[in-house]
Amino acid sequence: METIKEKQSSSKPKSTIKISGAEAIIHCLLAEGVDLLYGYPGGAIMPVYDELYKFQDKLTHILTRHEQGATHAAQGYARVSGRVGVAMATSGPGATNLVTGLADAQIDSTPMVCITGQVPRHLLGSDAFQETDIIGISTPVTKWNYQITKASEIPEILAKAFFIAKSGRPGPVLVDITKNAQFDEFEFSYEKCKGVRSYNPAPKPNMGAIDAAAALINKAKKPFIVWGQGVILGEAEEELKAVIEKAGIPAAWTIMGESAIPTNHPLNVGMVGMHGNYGPNILTNECDVLIAVGMRFDDRVTGSLDTYAKQAKVVHFEIDPAEINKNVPADVAVLGNSKETLALLLPKLEKSSHEDWNNEFKKKRDIEFEQVIKNDIHPTKEGLTMGEVIEQINIASKNKAVIVSDVGQHQMIACRYAKFAQSKSNITSGGLGTMGFGLPAAIGAKQGAMDREVVAIIGDGGYQMTIQELGVIFQHQIPVKIVVLNNDHLGMVRQWQELFFDKRYASTVMVNPDFVKIAEGYHIEAKRVSKREDLKATIETMIASDKPYFLEVKVEKEDNVFPMIPSGASVSDIRLK
Amino acid sequence: MKNQWFTISVYSENNVGLLNRISGIFLKRHINIESLNVSKSEIDEVSKFTIVVYTTEQWVHNIVGQIEKQIEVIKAFYHKDDETIYQESALFKIDSALLFDERQIQNIIKESNSQIVTVSREFFVLAKSGRRPEIDEMYEQLKPYGIMQFVRSGRISVTKDEMQISALLKELKV
Ligand SMILES: Cc1ncc(C[n+]2csc(CCOP(=O)(O)OP(=O)(O)O)c2C)c(N)n1
Repeated sequence: METIKEKQSSSKPKSTIKISGAEAIIHCLLAEGVDLLYGYPGGAIMPVYDELYKFQDKLTHILTRHEQGATHAAQGYARVSGRVGVAMATSGPGATNLVTGLADAQIDSTPMVCITGQVPRHLLGSDAFQETDIIGISTPVTKWNYQITKASEIPEILAKAFFIAKSGRPGPVLVDITKNAQFDEFEFSYEKCKGVRSYNPAPKPNMGAIDAAAALINKAKKPFIVWGQGVILGEAEEELKAVIEKAGIPAAWTIMGESAIPTNHPLNVGMVGMHGNYGPNILTNECDVLIAVGMRFDDRVTGSLDTYAKQAKVVHFEIDPAEINKNVPADVAVLGNSKETLALLLPKLEKSSHEDWNNEFKKKRDIEFEQVIKNDIHPTKEGLTMGEVIEQINIASKNKAVIVSDVGQHQMIACRYAKFAQSKSNITSGGLGTMGFGLPAAIGAKQGAMDREVVAIIGDGGYQMTIQELGVIFQHQIPVKIVVLNNDHLGMVRQWQELFFDKRYASTVMVNPDFVKIAEGYHIEAKRVSKREDLKATIETMIASDKPYFLEVKVEKEDNVFPMIPSGASVSDIRLK
Repeated sequence: MKNQWFTISVYSENNVGLLNRISGIFLKRHINIESLNVSKSEIDEVSKFTIVVYTTEQWVHNIVGQIEKQIEVIKAFYHKDDETIYQESALFKIDSALLFDERQIQNIIKESNSQIVTVSREFFVLAKSGRRPEIDEMYEQLKPYGIMQFVRSGRISVTKDEMQISALLKELKV
């Protein structure tokens, strides 16, 4: 393998004597600027844990209560900080427990490096104790993976792992290291990876494409931008803002792109997709030029492709060439990092305001407000709604919190109603929809941004998938605020059963434990709210606390999330009820 | 869009796990690999996968994009049959007695342009290179007499036009 290297002298251990592979792994992590990792020990990774013990002043290891928790924590950390998250596990069951997090990071393009122990080289293929083919298992859910069987491979491969995880369209990398390679000694030196011959992280912007994009946008009467996480990953927030402001283009986001532009920006017209806002969904089929920036036309965003934006010319800004024409054909494809391509586009755009067109969004917003939003965030019925909880969190945190959500109705409500003033603030499992993501991801998010308020919004179902991570919050006193919106149901599935399966509520009713007692068992301050009059004050107390805090809100049991584009329907067929 | 035959050519670094990654891309889309051949290429230390699929142009485009995205893949191309020169090879193992007892066998050998690779007391082996229908035809002709063993290779192919690979490698700085 041809890799292009950069000499790094500072990270070298002082003497030139030989060190073990396990110690080398620590030096590699330090050289990559890692000071925090999540993991779980076991036989095949014990030499590395022994070194972690020796280096604990430089490198903090957080013992999650399950390896899945380690991956989601690493993801949460990566998503708020823009750095590479690191997770570690032993061979066999330790390694297989990483798979959900890898798949989640793969589909949501999250930079993560997972290190797994493996049985010694001479036992490979012998069905040794805790041997599993994690390379084979993780291949479809990693950007890259590699098995190290010799200590001397460690520096080059780990350097490459970090480079690949972070560069271009980011993603998870798994490095499996046999136990003999952890014990064996070799002369260590570390060089950061600067490139891999066969890998082109980001295509160079093509001026012809940018001119063609500018020409289409300048001619457009009803241009419409839909941006995705590419804007956040490419740190192109300012560039995007400049583009929409100069050309007066209404811009909507996918849930992965949320928070890149402040919620209250006048040209931010809301969320697209299945439970997105009415205006941006319906007007997708009325715009004349659809400008997609760093998004991949997921089916939850487009609904039926046969009726998606057929009237529009499509301009697609994208770093990954494989996304072009994958789902929606592009009339103009602008390849490259969105930070660069948008900056090149800006001077070619004509100033405009598109007032009438922007007014269309306002009109649709008013309709949605009257029919949906008003009742969600200012309900008059007795039961508490998820929407009003989010609204109170907005108010108490002054829109400054990082909101980490799990998966289900509460996730859609959180994405719809949370308000953001800063990028990298909405952390959720978008592509995979992994229940159980929320609690561990919130731990990582808090540790990745200690100065920020982190609020986890979780359903009673998903909470119980990774509830054991309360142990981490307790042990390390990580001051996350955990809000469980308890409807005593697997709400989102129940909603589908109500709407599409004649109310046959198969296995969606939850008989729940006393969540407050469970939190208290972990010595976490805990409150339950079931009346509206207690909501505001309790949320204020929670946000004011500088300690971990658990809040269970008993919400209406059978509420539905609207608007909704039924699965497979057209964005034009969005339902308000 | 209609199904057609496509030959995918993948230039890659030599890597143990890559075959798994590439075949996974087909598996995920439920597309059958009709034939697969891995060999060295015209460039030192660069391997070439030749993969034949029967699918739509949209799918092959999508698949090639996904293949090219793999870290060790330098470049992937797809071509239609009329854009390539392609062949497959086959070996037939046949009872030696037939060579002497059945006149027709000799005619088949002559007409099919195949070669006798080896002859022993028990069996002889015929090698045939060509396009799939020619090999199929020979198979059908020999079948009534009894074929002891048969094997056909994956397609190998070269393109009529230049493959833009050497220039690319220079640009990527080897
Ligand atoms: C690991 C996993 N299993 C199953 C699902 C399917 N699923 C999607 S939403 C949902 C219900 C979630 O219920 P809950 O956590 O209580 O949240 P709510 O929808 O009630 O807000 C389920 C089961 C999933 N997304 N992830």
